[in-house]
Order: sequence, then structure tokens, then C-alpha cells
Amino acid sequence: MPGLPDQHEPVTLDTFLRGLWEENPVFVMLLGMCPVLAVTNSAINALAMGLASTFVLVASNSLVSLLRHYIPKQVRIATYIIIIATFVTMVDYAIQAISLDLYNALGAFIQLIVVNCMILGRAEAYASKQPLGATVVNGLGIGGGFTLALLSLGVVREVLGSGSLFGIALFGENFQPWVVMILPPGGFFVLGAWLLIFSAFRLRKQRQLDQEGVAQHDS
Amino acid sequence: MTADSVTFIFLNAAVVNNFVLAMFLGICPFLGVSAKRDTALSMGLAVIFVMLVSSICAYGINWLLRFFEIEYLRLICYIAVIASAVQLVEMTMKKFSPALFRALGIFLPLITTNCAILGVALFQTSREYDFVQSLAFSLGAGVGFTIALMLMAGLRQHLELAKVPSVSQGAAMTLMLAGLLSLAFMGFAGLGAQHG
Repeated sequence: MPGLPDQHEPVTLDTFLRGLWEENPVFVMLLGMCPVLAVTNSAINALAMGLASTFVLVASNSLVSLLRHYIPKQVRIATYIIIIATFVTMVDYAIQAISLDLYNALGAFIQLIVVNCMILGRAEAYASKQPLGATVVNGLGIGGGFTLALLSLGVVREVLGSGSLFGIALFGENFQPWVVMILPPGGFFVLGAWLLIFSAFRLRKQRQLDQEGVAQHDS
Repeated sequence: MTADSVTFIFLNAAVVNNFVLAMFLGICPFLGVSAKRDTALSMGLAVIFVMLVSSICAYGINWLLRFFEIEYLRLICYIAVIASAVQLVEMTMKKFSPALFRALGIFLPLITTNCAILGVALFQTSREYDFVQSLAFSLGAGVGFTIALMLMAGLRQHLELAKVPSVSQGAAMTLMLAGLLSLAFMGFAGLGAQHG
């Protein structure tokens, strides 16, 4: 941002942890939902997708952070998208080279990381204002939170829908898989259930705080 | 109907493998702008239009990339083309139809990050559709997106009047609804091949 001094914030543990819980991109901010629902029909797909997104997030945001003084304000969004697309192309070819099975399972969703609004959102809201160190730490946190969310969906869906975890069968042969869980509707249901649990926690905390406030007021 | 007939491709993209409810593309606008029916319709129309334009552009670009043998630049080219197509559509509309421009408002620029648009371009390339098939595919995808958005908006407008537990208000309830809709759309699966 030419003209304006950067509003640097100190790099603390909180810079990292915030992304895991308080600002979790999936459960709290509801960003980047498409891959969250589409590729979480098994735990291994979820993990791969999470790691790929984290790499793109950290790498592209580092570059944005390094170039933040040179990118003209008017074309910044287009520049960010080109930077992100470059890293996504790299990841796309890398996964294709490492594991063709994984590549076929994830399908077009690797290339669709480009339009994951979480990454563009971070570039615009954080990386364009912060120095490299803070950006990397924050990016790792947000990416970790994203991977965690993907895994929490992938594990539940794989255990219920195919009775296995990371491809290892958990139950005996008599297990009747709950097939709908690995089909598209299952994605919506499991994510909905997770959000229900989180909002129940939030409400309980809110109520506790309210009661404490009332108690203090009375005394 | 054979698997590559135009009607089949259209129906497949619109209902059988509905972009929102079966392939999970374009979830963000689906959750974001499905609160009112008229805004949902405007969004749907804008998406259909941009999808057609970007599908035509992607077809041309892909031909060029093949000609010069630089296919690794495909992703970068597609996203740049979609971003400029959206910008172009916005400017053209502002000049020739200000009424429509006002009606669509903020939705037009938002379409750039709608993964359904890039999805159409990528799928039509990987499935090697010819020009007419690509048009049918993008039109079907757009119509399917609009149908899903309209259904969801209608449901959510009714839900506003219903009494639900305070825990499930907001995003959780919306996702459960989407799950039920998706379950209903699976009924169309008998119509055609999965991921044809």
C-alpha cells in the first residue's frame, strides 16, 4: 500500500492458533465450502486436499506479501488470482506425478483451488498488509484449520459410509455401510451436524457468561 | 439417447448431476444469496449468461493452447478470461441495459469467484466436448444452478416463519435443508449415467 505505513502486528502464538479455532475458515467463516463438501468422502482425500490448499495458501500469500509494495491497487485482485493460479498449476502437476489414483479421486477440484475464496480472502485481508513472517505463520494456521475441518468431515463420512478409516476396515464383515454418507447428501448432513455442535457450544458459553453477569450484578 | 447427444448433456448437467447439489460447485453463492427468491433469480440469470460467454471463450482458448502446445497454461488463461469476461459483461450491460445492470448489482463481480464457472470450463475440456456440446453443457449447468438456487430460496423464505430451536438457526439449518434437497435430486440419477 503505497503512501500508507503498514499496520504490522507482532507475530505471536495467537497469529497461528487463531486460524485453527477462532477464525476457522470452514466452521466459523464458511469460506471455501465447495472442496469441503466435494472431496471429503474419504479421510485420505480430505487430508490430501487440505495439504494442497495449505501449500497454495502459504506460497501464494508469501509472494503477495513480498510484492505488496509493488502491486498497483487497481489490478491487485487480478494479480492475486494469477499468482494463486500459478501455484495451483504446480500442485496439480505435482499430485499427478506423485499419485495418479489420488489425482483421479480429487478430479477437477485440485484445479478449482484457484477459486477457493479462503485463499483470495486471506491475500486481500491479510497478506497485502503484513510482512512475510506474519503471513507465513497465519497462513499455516488458517491452512491447518482448513485441513482439520476437512479431516473432521472426511473421517466421519468414511467411518459411517464405508466402515473404514484411511482405507483400513474397522468393523467386521457384517457391517452394513451407511452409503448415503459418502454420497453428496451426506456431505451436507455431516457439515450441518458439525455446525450444530459448534453452535450448541457457543450458545452454552453465551448463557454461562450471561448468568455470571447477572450473578455479579445481584451481589 | 446416446451419451453424447446434446439433449442428454443438457439434462445431465441440469438435473442428474446438478452442479450445486450433486457436484458441489458454486456452494458459496448457493448459501449466500438464497435468502430471497427474486435476488436468487437475478443471480441465476447472471450466472447462466456468464457461463455461456466463458464457455465459448474457453473453447477458443483451449483450441489456441493446443495449437501452440502450451496446455500447462490452461488454468491461468481460463481464470484470466473469466475475470475479464465478467468485467466485459458488466460494462456492456451498464451501457446497453442499465435496468438489468441495476437489478444484478453486486452479483456480477462476485461471479468471478464462483467455482461453477471455472468448473464448466474445466469439465468441458476434460470431457472433450465439441462446440455445440459445450454450449449445451454450460446452458444446462447454468439452468441447474438457477433451479437449485430458486428451490433453496423458496424453502428458506418459508423457514423464516417457522419456529426452530435456536441452536439450529442459521448456517446449520441451511445445510440440513441443502442435504434434503440433494437427497431429492438423487432421484434423478436413474435418468442417466453418473458423471457421464
